[in-house]
Amino acid sequence: MKRFAGWLLSAPAILVVVLCLVVPVTLTIVATLGGPTGVFAPYLSFFASGFRRTVLWRTLQVSLLTTAIALVIGFLTAYVISRAPGWLKSILIIAAVFPLLTGVVVRSFAWLIILGKNGILNSALLSIGVISQPLTMLYTQGAVITAMVYLFVPLMILTLSGVLESIPDDLLQASASLGAKPSATFLQVILPLSVPGLIVGAVLVFTGSFTAYATPQLIGGESQMVMGTLMYQQAMVTFDWVSASTIATIMVVITITVVLLMTRVARRLNPLAV
Amino acid sequence: MTRSVHPALIVLAGLVFIFLVGPLIIVVGAALSNTTYLTFPPQGLSLRWFSKIFEIEAFRRTMVTSLQLALLSTALALLVGIPAAYALNRFRIQLPGWLSTLFVLPVLVPELVLGFSLLRSIAVDLDAPIFLSLVIGHTLLVLPYVVRVISASLASFDFSIEEAAISLGSPPLKSFFTIVLPNVRSGVIAAFILCFITSINDVSISIFLTGPGISTLPIQILAHVEQFFDPTIASVSVLLMALTVGVMAIVERTLGLTFLTK
Repeated sequence: MKRFAGWLLSAPAILVVVLCLVVPVTLTIVATLGGPTGVFAPYLSFFASGFRRTVLWRTLQVSLLTTAIALVIGFLTAYVISRAPGWLKSILIIAAVFPLLTGVVVRSFAWLIILGKNGILNSALLSIGVISQPLTMLYTQGAVITAMVYLFVPLMILTLSGVLESIPDDLLQASASLGAKPSATFLQVILPLSVPGLIVGAVLVFTGSFTAYATPQLIGGESQMVMGTLMYQQAMVTFDWVSASTIATIMVVITITVVLLMTRVARRLNPLAV
Repeated sequence: MTRSVHPALIVLAGLVFIFLVGPLIIVVGAALSNTTYLTFPPQGLSLRWFSKIFEIEAFRRTMVTSLQLALLSTALALLVGIPAAYALNRFRIQLPGWLSTLFVLPVLVPELVLGFSLLRSIAVDLDAPIFLSLVIGHTLLVLPYVVRVISASLASFDFSIEEAAISLGSPPLKSFFTIVLPNVRSGVIAAFILCFITSINDVSISIFLTGPGISTLPIQILAHVEQFFDPTIASVSVLLMALTVGVMAIVERTLGLTFLTK
């Protein structure tokens, strides 16, 4: 009876996810297999193309760098948040939450105004005489990474400040009273205890930036094509749906592998779990 | 214990603050400029770009579509998500463990892949109307928030209260609405807000599901930026930010902002 009630109540949600997500996504993946020229033909042609290999490599590079930079900035900021007095804490949390609730398009657009040829950064650098010609900053890998870091740092800060807040004060007091310097407490107590949180944050940022669309499209354009923008172009501009499905499948495989692998690693590295 | 933080870290926090908030202030400044091109600091203050938004038919239309879409998909996700979250907590022992993983799938599968797959299967193969495909996509997008947030609220709910009501003769459905639901009210509000904001800002799913005549506001903004680089976009962005401020005020008043760090 209870089993029946449980299934009955979750049935609508199960149906929605299975019929509208599992089935369509499976069909997309299946569409890439078993073509007339062999089972893995679309993948062979993906990896045979130098351009596509470059795009995949660039996407990996951009998302790994974004993750690394966001980890450092996010962890230090979250550390300050966890140790800061109340007022500073609220200001920093608001500063992190507000961008997070603002859309991707708006946040990427801001960087168009900053990094453009006649943008704020160029005007500022010109007026103080550091440069004599406006620099080309948009449509470079650096610009894409900057905008992506901007996009994901708030997520990292919020994930990590949750983790840091949950470290009991007693532990830090114990460490200090046993004679550890603040830097030693940070490196030997706080950092190891934060490793699982750091991994969760890194996974969120990596998968997010690996599959991003709006930011690379606006800030990187054609010259900085990544997997997301390539997939859109294949699907909606050249209407090569097999190729788009292939890119989609590669994205799914990489995302899910990273998530599964890293959650396992995080569980193993958790010093509090025995 | 004194909570001392190294001064260098305070400086760093200040820089991060500027990094996070600065770009958004620049957008607001650019929206207020009286020039025909995007610039900061604004030259001459004017609100004319705000009135311009409402003169452009595409913006008016997509704004309405985005609001309808966000409300409809949030409502649908709550409708199917709340019973599921309830079942997951109430009948945890009777239901298999993979069920909660199933409801996280929409987060695991990249949004672009979901959008493209819905285009292939639902919009093209089944010939479904574009708006319906958008509603399906956004409902899936926000469903995990509903299940997760409501489950978190239900985790601290004592189901024996509900059982007491039922054993005293209250019908199960009535018990749910008068006893369980009021206890997870803040969870429902939080879920609603997260869903609404997520839907209204979505690009990656909608980008594949906008056809002739139907588009959402973020997609329209993207298309506009690529053609014209004028302050209208900055003022639309400010409108969206105002919406966010409103939502944050509601979160702060009902749940407190620290809620979001949990």
